[in-house]
Amino acid sequence: MIKVPEGIPIARPKLGSAGHTGNWRVEKPVIDYSKCTKCRLCILYCPENTIDMLEDYLPQIDYDYCKGCGVCAQVCPTHAIQMVMEVK
Amino acid sequence: MTLITVPKRQIKFLRGNAACPGCPIPKELDILLEELGEKTVLVVPASCTTVIMGDTSGMPSTVPVVHSAFAAAPAIASGIVRQLRMRGDKDATVVVWAGDGGTADIGFASLSGAAERNEDILYVCYDNEAYMNTGIQRSSLTPHGAWTTTTPEGKREFKKPMPFIMAEHKIPYVATASIAYPFDYQAKVRKAKSIHGFRYIHLLSPCPPGWRFDSSLTVEIAKLAVETGIWPLFEIEYGEFRLTSVSKTLLDKSKRKPVEEYLKLQGRFSKLKPEDIKRIQDYVDEMWEEIAQMVKK
Amino acid sequence: MQVLKRKSLALVGNHAVAYAIKQAKPQVLAVYPITPQTTMLEKLSEYISNGELKAELIRVESEHSALAAIYGAALAGARVFTATASQGLLYMTEMIYWAGGQRVPMVAAVATRAIAEPWSIWDDHQDFVSKRDAIWIQMMAENVQEAYDLTIQAFRISEDERVILPVMMGFDGFILTHTMERIEVLEDWEVDSFLPPRNFNLIDFSDPIGIGPIATPDEYIKYRYEAKKAMDRAKGVIEEIMREYEKLSGRKQYGLVECYKCEDAKYVFVTMGAWSGDAKVAVDRLRNEGLEVGLLKIRVFRPFPKEKVREYLNSMKEVVVFDRAVSYGSGGVLANEVKAAMYGSNVNIHSVIAGLGGKDVRPLHFQQVMYDLINGKLEEERWLL
Repeated sequence: MIKVPEGIPIARPKLGSAGHTGNWRVEKPVIDYSKCTKCRLCILYCPENTIDMLEDYLPQIDYDYCKGCGVCAQVCPTHAIQMVMEVK
Repeated sequence: MTLITVPKRQIKFLRGNAACPGCPIPKELDILLEELGEKTVLVVPASCTTVIMGDTSGMPSTVPVVHSAFAAAPAIASGIVRQLRMRGDKDATVVVWAGDGGTADIGFASLSGAAERNEDILYVCYDNEAYMNTGIQRSSLTPHGAWTTTTPEGKREFKKPMPFIMAEHKIPYVATASIAYPFDYQAKVRKAKSIHGFRYIHLLSPCPPGWRFDSSLTVEIAKLAVETGIWPLFEIEYGEFRLTSVSKTLLDKSKRKPVEEYLKLQGRFSKLKPEDIKRIQDYVDEMWEEIAQMVKK
Repeated sequence: MQVLKRKSLALVGNHAVAYAIKQAKPQVLAVYPITPQTTMLEKLSEYISNGELKAELIRVESEHSALAAIYGAALAGARVFTATASQGLLYMTEMIYWAGGQRVPMVAAVATRAIAEPWSIWDDHQDFVSKRDAIWIQMMAENVQEAYDLTIQAFRISEDERVILPVMMGFDGFILTHTMERIEVLEDWEVDSFLPPRNFNLIDFSDPIGIGPIATPDEYIKYRYEAKKAMDRAKGVIEEIMREYEKLSGRKQYGLVECYKCEDAKYVFVTMGAWSGDAKVAVDRLRNEGLEVGLLKIRVFRPFPKEKVREYLNSMKEVVVFDRAVSYGSGGVLANEVKAAMYGSNVNIHSVIAGLGGKDVRPLHFQQVMYDLINGKLEEERWLL
């Protein structure tokens, strides 16, 4: 641990530093796994680093933080991801 | 490759940060940090990333970050790297992560000075082609014809050729990258890491609110920038020029998509007239003729 | 081990400070040349080149980058130093505030010089005092000996755990920088024992932190309050460190202020910097004429030694503050500080503005002002044109 002098402005690493950004969404990406070919382009291109890859190469969206930008749906070659209006 | 080969990979730039939806910066940083490892210091001057880095309650970076005044990042990085080497951290990387303003405008003197001294720094300019953090004002890296709040009629001047200016400093490594080609970007970061001295990577970073496009098109636009030839992917390693990735195939004009395909997707180019588009097409074609000369050498 | 006979050297101010820096053993320096500091930079370059000083000298392209570079090195644990003057100090001001607000220990020497326009390379204090709000400790030297001593003390004060603030040492351009005086220097091992290895580092890969992020309105003021508390603590710490230095050096020179024949005085000069020496000569001459005159010299300008100033000036009939810097639209900078410190007292405080742009000020000028002061002929603010 660093000896940080008291009262100087610093920050430590934090998940969700801007809060639960999942609340920002208007549309929600939904994966139809029957169409998914495990190409992993959605994982590669998600600007928010919010799609995890499971053991068997399947993508899993972290809805706590997904901002609903729609990039994953746009890059998916089989249109397995659809952006669905979200009602909160 | 790690980015998509390791299940449940530990993300190096944490989720839930303040970036706009569709903003590629968090991904760009995650790839950078994945490649460079935990012995990395990020020096971040005033830019979108300053805000994305959060406030004193927490930051999305998992490596040390030193916040910098707008014009000072390369100088701060110079001081950090000199002391790190003196204290025995021979393999730590000091990265300046700056926007186009902090690189080509207000930060230019400090950048040129650090490059001239060949400081052992990796400099990455993430180029969203305007002062986006303050609300889309033009920078010298805003392209010709683009709308910004300070160029409502479209910018008259063309983009300052930063990668070539940096290459003229005779630094060991200069490269361009696009977030649509993440493996090319990652490979360039990896190569830069293995080189000592001043290394410069210029990364095209499309901005949905600034360029006026739907947030889902970030990758598509970054791809078209390369496919139309507007954004050539290359590296200049110890003075040797080399096209990389898709750009290797684009010396042949017939293989380049017309620039209009890239321009029409972005609201900032919506007022362009046919003669403006032609001017931009001619500019790109001319640039590729110069590139052809450099490749021959 | 007691040093029985002190080594004395004849050095110009710039070289005396360079000698002190050599003994303080910083790891990283970043200095941009500017008159009248250049010969200091050249001497430091020479020390590094011949191996007497093992430090990195970053030959930055501007003063703004100079302070930025040592800021970065200081965060990573280096003892650092820079030096500048006038326009250079103004150019690095953004980073001066940056280091002050982030509370990073470092030392900067300012060879004081007038600020353009009009262009001037000669001495006044405008540049130095313009940084008084930037959360830096500021001390001014009266002579080359003090310039040497204060430089060494600056590192110790800056790095003290109760302080953790950057420190600026001001010394008059040309008048001290280029004037040779015979000074006593400490032995290298004495400086080593006085300056323990630096214990400040914020870059640790096993504990990553972000240094200096955005602070929201509710938080920002709390950080500034901590800085204010550090400034307040600094007064006591500086006195303590100066006392220790006095014991080590054997020289009676310590304290936030220096009272020269002011204990039983009725009329007193208040000064800061090299012309305090001229004021002392004037005091001696006036005393010889039977006048009850003294001098209160301000050695530490920030934190301003309010309590000491009140203590010494409370019993005075008349006080005249000599200023080599002006806050236009308000008054002499030091005069304003003294008046604020003396708020509520009955003491008359006059202000004299002199020496701007290097205009010569001699003991005779001090004497003439004092005659007028005693005879009730001195205005509230007088400019010596």
